[in-house]
Amino acid sequence: MTSELIVFLVLALISVAAALGMLLSQNAVYSALFLVLNFVTVALFYLLLGAPFIAMSQITVYAGAIMVLFLFVIMLLGVENLKPAQALAWQKPLAIVLALGLALEALYLIFTRAQISGVTLAPDASANSMESLRNMALTLFNQYLLPFEITSILLLAAMVGVIALARQEKAKS
Amino acid sequence: MIPVNYYIALSAVLFTIGALGVLIRRNPLIIFMSVELMLNAANLAIVAFANVYQTFSGQIFVFFVIAVAAAEVAVGLALLVEIFKSRKNINVDDLNSLKG
Repeated sequence: MTSELIVFLVLALISVAAALGMLLSQNAVYSALFLVLNFVTVALFYLLLGAPFIAMSQITVYAGAIMVLFLFVIMLLGVENLKPAQALAWQKPLAIVLALGLALEALYLIFTRAQISGVTLAPDASANSMESLRNMALTLFNQYLLPFEITSILLLAAMVGVIALARQEKAKS
Repeated sequence: MIPVNYYIALSAVLFTIGALGVLIRRNPLIIFMSVELMLNAANLAIVAFANVYQTFSGQIFVFFVIAVAAAEVAVGLALLVEIFKSRKNINVDDLNSLKG
């Protein structure tokens, strides 16, 4: 067992445990904090896979911006503990059985049927260097310039939409 | 040297936990977080494959997915705040005004 595999297994364990913690916490604030832990472990996986820029984006955008927004809304609305009003009692066991089936079938197919050959390469010194970042930026702004600009339009549209939603109440009164 | 299968399996497990969260939780904020978890699981699979094929395209796709997720969260949370303002309640079992 190489040291890299040990790092992977420990991180995988933490990541799955954090996801389960998010799922099972009764308090929504704890759920959000468990999810931050999960996002940080996923960022470490990106570093293991030699994608430093994505790892840093993950930390700033997901663990930073998005989760702060979540925490802000949870505390603003005061919905940390919603009463579990189960309309359909049979829904929960059915969902658990279906999700277990999905997980087992996916794992079975991945490990036996899918012909995924190849190994992920450990990032050598060059993967996390400035040169690699420079190459990625060149790819982004040459080959993927149009999608990049469309993303900016999408963000602008989202911003306008959110402002319109927030202003509606004032315009009426 | 980690087989790519391991990353894909981890991605599948995280995706399943997210799907389970959408199915069994009744707090729309936690449903939202579960959706984010599923997006993250997909991103992890994409980056693992990008590493196998040694290409930047996969990483750039993940970058776009992160940007779209940020926009989606902003709009979704604004909608939740509006629903809460008008109904004082965001339990998804009670949001059935459209029910015939």
